[in-house]
Amino acid sequence: MTTSAAIKKKLQRETKPFAHPYVAGVLLGLVLFGSFFLTGNGLGASGGLNRFIVFFEDLIVPDHVNTTPYLLEMAGGDKNPLDNWIVLVTTGVVLGGFVSGWRNGRLKFETNKGPNISNRTRWLFAFLGGGFMGFGARLARGCTSGQALSGGAVLSAGSWAFMFAVFGGAYALAYFVRKLWN
Amino acid sequence: MAPFPIDLISTFGKFSAYLIFLLIGFLFGYVLEMAGFAKSDKLAAQFYFKDLTVLKVMFTAIVVAMAGIFLSSAVGLLDYNLVWVNPTYLWPGIVGGLIMGVGFILGGFCPGTSLTAVATGKIDGIFFVLGVIFGIFTFGESVSLFEGFFNSSYYGRLTLMDWLNLPTGVVVLIVMLMALFMFWGGEQLERIFGGRSLTKEPKLRYAGAGVLVLLAIAVLVIGQPTIEERWEILSVERGPLLEDARAYQIHPGELLGLVHNDDIKLFMFDLRSESDFNLFHIQDAENATLLDLETRVGTLRLEPSNTVFVVMSNNEELSTAAWKLLVTERLHNVYILEGGINYWLDVFDSAGTHQAQLVLRPGEDMVHFFNAALGASHPAAAPDPDLLEDLEFEPKVKLELKLGPTGGGCG
Repeated sequence: MTTSAAIKKKLQRETKPFAHPYVAGVLLGLVLFGSFFLTGNGLGASGGLNRFIVFFEDLIVPDHVNTTPYLLEMAGGDKNPLDNWIVLVTTGVVLGGFVSGWRNGRLKFETNKGPNISNRTRWLFAFLGGGFMGFGARLARGCTSGQALSGGAVLSAGSWAFMFAVFGGAYALAYFVRKLWN
Repeated sequence: MAPFPIDLISTFGKFSAYLIFLLIGFLFGYVLEMAGFAKSDKLAAQFYFKDLTVLKVMFTAIVVAMAGIFLSSAVGLLDYNLVWVNPTYLWPGIVGGLIMGVGFILGGFCPGTSLTAVATGKIDGIFFVLGVIFGIFTFGESVSLFEGFFNSSYYGRLTLMDWLNLPTGVVVLIVMLMALFMFWGGEQLERIFGGRSLTKEPKLRYAGAGVLVLLAIAVLVIGQPTIEERWEILSVERGPLLEDARAYQIHPGELLGLVHNDDIKLFMFDLRSESDFNLFHIQDAENATLLDLETRVGTLRLEPSNTVFVVMSNNEELSTAAWKLLVTERLHNVYILEGGINYWLDVFDSAGTHQAQLVLRPGEDMVHFFNAALGASHPAAAPDPDLLEDLEFEPKVKLELKLGPTGGGCG
């Protein structure tokens, strides 16, 4: 057996079903509570991605970063945009997702989509949707995890308004793009 | 003081603190994947009423965490004022949310779930993350064009309790019942649109719902600590400093120095009656009641760390009450004008040496007499900073770096 085949065998495990939504919800709630209880902060994801982007911008065009106020806050002068707790949380999300996928036999290169569109269409819309998501998350000062989930649990008024807006936007458009998913 | 949350970096050092954050992220990603959130078609099914996993997982997590947070705050284990509550920028939040909703249904993920999708090899997840990066980059480059809107409708730390003007326990119970109602409705929708049989669902979920309602009722019954109770906890450490060492009562001269110090942002709150305030007040001081301060604390706490708050009254009674309010709300750098406006006038209103001795007067009466309501046009309202050279006092203001969280998960 070659080494790559051995690695492949190690990574391929029997595919297990997903956890029951309420069980996963309780576990997620405990993680969220633990985070607030210990650190005072909730969870997040887009903030970490943002800092990675600013980090690379700072490497390539430092002068630009130093003259744009929004970027300056994170990376001006000697500040390292990666020196922040959220970067660690975001990195942890990727690692945790990987380990759970591996343990439950769900590591697989694939494209999930509705039955009536091609992979290419799915990729195009994934990129497009990601673009809206990224832009909207910065405008709203938080993504689904940082605003809706974390802000929702500590009863921030703005986070609840935000949450309804996300669901509202998605439901309003769902009918018109039903071909993507059905 | 309530032992939690901990300032991880100063307690354990940066390395261990960052390991804890990594572990929290790890568990977060692990649970997201467990729930099936790495699969875009499963997430999108939420919006066609076929599979409401998103709603169930998200709201279960919210209410479980909510119960934990407010219960531990009720029993004095957790200081809710040190917990990061996303500040409210109402309209940017709503518009951003709508845009994200569009992104969700087109792209099939949200930023957190897309990371677990990438981690498990989903190619659509990779394209989505590239899109997110493009979107974030575009925002960073274009935000200067709509900076005004981005910073509009700002309410600071605004909770549902502030907005509805209801006690915490009531709001917790309402949110809990609303979530349980949504779960019930969601299951009905899955039955109708997704053709799922509900008889196979575990009966245990009713017990779980019962436990959640009981927790919410416990929060309601125990109630959240009052300002007095929170001060009692804080006073172990702060009481001797306030009463014996007088570490927070600053000499009028020190306040004059703060007024002319460009490196700090100064807020002066004058707690006296409006008529006393109109007779005389220090230039740039704001007339405020305790209630005003309570409503403004949500925005004040988000001021930069070089902000100093000075409260004042005629003597020190009202100002000390205001100081306790702001300190239990976890504002930093809060000070009291020593001897109040009466002592300020003793020092600055007299011709001569400005060496008036501090007299601590009881009560809250104004001892100086005014012929007319001069307000801030009185000469002592803005004394000459050169007077500082003649004044002798012990400086007490030490800029304290912010404890606790200073930014949310997406900062």
